[in-house]
Amino acid sequence: MKVLEDLLYTKDHEWIKVEGNKAYIGVTDYAQDSLGDIVYVELPDIDDEFEMEDSFAVVESVKAAADIYIPVDGRVLEINEELEDDPSLVNEDPYENWMILVELEDKSQLDELMDHGEYEKFLEEEV
Amino acid sequence: MELKKTPLYDEHIKLGGKVVDYAGWALPVQYEGIMKEHEAVRSKAGIFDVTHMGEIIVKGKEALKYLQHIFTNDLSKLKKQQIMYTFMCYPDGGVVDDLLVYKIDEEEYMLVPNAANTDKDFKWMIDNKEGYNIILENVSNEIGEVALQGPLAEKILSELTKEDLSEIKPFYFKKDILVADTECLVSRTGYTGEDGFEIYTSLEGIKRVWNSILEVGEKYGVAPTGLGCRDTLRFEAGLPLYGHEISETISPLEGDQKFFVKLDKEDFIGKEALAKQNENLKRRVVGFELKGRGVPREEYEVYKNGNKIGHVTTGYFSPTLKKNIGMALIDSSEAEIGNEIEILIRKKPVKAEIINKRFYKR
Repeated sequence: MKVLEDLLYTKDHEWIKVEGNKAYIGVTDYAQDSLGDIVYVELPDIDDEFEMEDSFAVVESVKAAADIYIPVDGRVLEINEELEDDPSLVNEDPYENWMILVELEDKSQLDELMDHGEYEKFLEEEV
Repeated sequence: MELKKTPLYDEHIKLGGKVVDYAGWALPVQYEGIMKEHEAVRSKAGIFDVTHMGEIIVKGKEALKYLQHIFTNDLSKLKKQQIMYTFMCYPDGGVVDDLLVYKIDEEEYMLVPNAANTDKDFKWMIDNKEGYNIILENVSNEIGEVALQGPLAEKILSELTKEDLSEIKPFYFKKDILVADTECLVSRTGYTGEDGFEIYTSLEGIKRVWNSILEVGEKYGVAPTGLGCRDTLRFEAGLPLYGHEISETISPLEGDQKFFVKLDKEDFIGKEALAKQNENLKRRVVGFELKGRGVPREEYEVYKNGNKIGHVTTGYFSPTLKKNIGMALIDSSEAEIGNEIEILIRKKPVKAEIINKRFYKR
């Protein structure tokens, strides 16, 4: 499974890429592989506010629907509308195809997330 | 409980199958991906391990009389080497199971029930055999089965047998024929909405049949296909699945399967209840297409003008039609084609229209 170096990760297989006070959020390669062919992505509205571990999106594969949880508190600045038209982009490249861009509320929450090394270890132990 | 493995288990692992628990069996839900496998069956061919399906033999002078008593379809017109689809019902009209009936001889039939129901069916059949001069045998653990499905199925299978497969018409079979030098029963049946064959043989022989089909089928683009696309394929073809469109509490009439319930036949278990239900059918399975965004899923509630009228029994993003469609059990008064209904998806009502549930026709 592909894991990128400059991202932080959750145990639910979301990634977050921090850029100043903003961050891009998506699902990991492991998540897209476990889900299988993704046929539907439901994204939040711009300006929606979420608290850490709230479900902010739903990704559905042929077989099942999965909630996607936000790694930190945040307000939605942008959504990746391309995913609504072509959900399979998440399968093709889950890191390139982010789901939302948020404004961070509390950067100290990032300390609770895993870096790429920790996430790789977590994957090894879980799988 | 440890999962049962079919003789093809190691092959599934080698082929990269994602193995899951299906009715107590370790079987692949997919290999390369449900979409690709679904597409392979629609355009070329796919091969499924369906060894988990049950097989029950009914033998004896009164075999036909007995089957007429426990089944809803009329088997009296069934010819030797012909197959019929039927329901087996409880006295209240609920479904014990849906099965295929193979007429092997005047006094011998093979039944193919659902894997998860086989033991329950066998017990039900024993409990209802009193007074009939017949012998029942559950041979499920002795038979391997694969399904080769898709437009190229006949071409592929013809390379492995001297028999003229074009002679086997839909819902007919040939017994004791050689496929890949293995003695098999081959029927022109399936659960995908495509042409294809189901091939029964011994547990020892099934691996050779499976591997030979994959080998000669390679140039035709045959794919190993899992349970995931088996369900999307049968769903697109409008075929019911036990526990969803029919069940202990959903009768065949409610499941919109009246064709297989012969109410003018001599007495059979469930006839009285079904005849009564038929006079005033209160709910029925329909097809629908979602007009708004989302994927309809099993158990989602169905509404009309704010009133709950039923629930979704199966729903998918259709790999062939590229639409979000479903089947739902709803009030008969709302079951008209063209009627607008609403599916509740994560607390939000999404508009849908009732359409013919044979979504896909080849």
